[in-house]
Amino acid sequence: MPILEGKKVTKYFGGLAALYQVDFEINTGEVVGLIGPNGAGKTTLFNLISGFLPITAGEIRYKGQKINGLNPHQICWKGVARTFQSTKLFAGMTVFENVVSASLFGSKRTVSLPEAERETMELLEFVDLLSVRTMLAKDLPIAHQKRLEVARALATKPDLLMFDEVMAGLNPVEVVEAMGLVAKIRDRGITIFMIEHVMKAIMEVCNRIIVLHHGSKIAEGRPEEVANSPKVIEVYLGE
Amino acid sequence: MEGFNVITKRPFTVGAVLLILILLAIMPFYAKPYPVISLTNILMYIILTVSWVIFSGPTHYISLASAAFFGVGIYTSALLGKILPLPLIVVAGGFASFILALFIGLLTLRLRGMYFIIFTFSISELIRHFLLWWETNVEGTVGRWVVMVSHNTVYYIILIIFVMTMLIAYLMRQSRFGLALRCIGEQEEAAIHIGINATIVKSLTFAISATFMGASGAIMATRWTYIDPRIAFDPHLSFMPVLMAIFGGTVHFYGPLFGAAIFAYLEEILTTKFPYYYMLFFGAILIVVILFLPHGLFGLIQKRWKGGSE
Repeated sequence: MPILEGKKVTKYFGGLAALYQVDFEINTGEVVGLIGPNGAGKTTLFNLISGFLPITAGEIRYKGQKINGLNPHQICWKGVARTFQSTKLFAGMTVFENVVSASLFGSKRTVSLPEAERETMELLEFVDLLSVRTMLAKDLPIAHQKRLEVARALATKPDLLMFDEVMAGLNPVEVVEAMGLVAKIRDRGITIFMIEHVMKAIMEVCNRIIVLHHGSKIAEGRPEEVANSPKVIEVYLGE
Repeated sequence: MEGFNVITKRPFTVGAVLLILILLAIMPFYAKPYPVISLTNILMYIILTVSWVIFSGPTHYISLASAAFFGVGIYTSALLGKILPLPLIVVAGGFASFILALFIGLLTLRLRGMYFIIFTFSISELIRHFLLWWETNVEGTVGRWVVMVSHNTVYYIILIIFVMTMLIAYLMRQSRFGLALRCIGEQEEAAIHIGINATIVKSLTFAISATFMGASGAIMATRWTYIDPRIAFDPHLSFMPVLMAIFGGTVHFYGPLFGAAIFAYLEEILTTKFPYYYMLFFGAILIVVILFLPHGLFGLIQKRWKGGSE
């Protein structure tokens, strides 16, 4: 059974169809890439899944249960976490506080403070931010901020993690590090759905790629299939 | 807790707080009536300011509805004054404001920034005009009498509300509820995505902060003997908590307390000494604070204390 599936997912902004009847499936344990030109509807799809935007038509199911119509905090409690295209950290709070908050509030059950703190320390070590834990989030360099968002998302104990351009703005060395981090997260048994423009990363990390264009799914398949698809090449490079 | 701003818990602080409380509690026994009345007034402003900061401090939602909640307390007092004993009136005033704030909160906390400010201001105005219309057209008489009580009773009840306000403000700041509020204030979109039910947290906090305003309105009403909608819902009381909080600084726990205390004291002095120019003084002081003390007066004190190493 897929961990996440969308059926005829449609989103209108006024008269504009940002997404039109998109079907998709994410299987447990997979790393699935979501690519497409600007304005294709990638972030909109993430916003629908995380409950930030209401769906116009169609259905999104997580572990077999319908989740569209739920609020973002409820979807988070079910085990879906995400990062944001432009980082949305608690800028005036410390690195530690950013993660410990997610740990405390991320599950429906009550998490004790010592437990949250222990988990936070473990996650900060996991993303290699332990040494800067008392710094304010806004004072971190961009690569650290991206990793902090990942740690914060992980602290909510997700089974499905959505990365919205987690590698944007990173230099080539940092991209390689981020790819390693994605692989490490996958090895923890977390399913990953990621929007990415860094093609090298997409090609190497993803099991499968979904391509959106003008709100419709135009291709889907293994990385090399998608890369060689005439339709995809046409969309990216023009005729 | 690591990385948290824990307010100092040294025995010295606890001792000082207890000493001040005892001095305040026995004040009517050694002081003349005027200082007691004057202190009642100052405590009222502190309650309004600190409870305003409970919500607006961490969330950065600027509310101008303080007068609405205070006024609802006043009217509760006027309506129930002859029916209920005084402590129950105060509780009823707080409860009425709690309900009103909860309702407003659930309805409007989707609004942000300017829209929220204007809306909260309008609520107060709306209630004021509605009551004026009601009293003029339905009841035929504007205003009503409030049962009087002694100065000392007013003082003691205000003191109790003050202690409760400070206690709740402190506990909320230390609790995970307070942490959730800070997350909302920092980045609301991220906050809801890490499992914080922002609507409930915001509405509940808004209502808790309104409770103290309503309760203090209910007891202060007894000092005025006559009230009407213009007195009860005076917009002045919506702006004062904001100004006092800015004056004292909202970042530190004691900032609003000191801000309100000094500001209210200054108002008392200036209105009696310079009845025509006191607003001018206030304006000047505020401009200086906003321009040069971004963390308010208390920020400055703390900076000096630590030898300028903030």
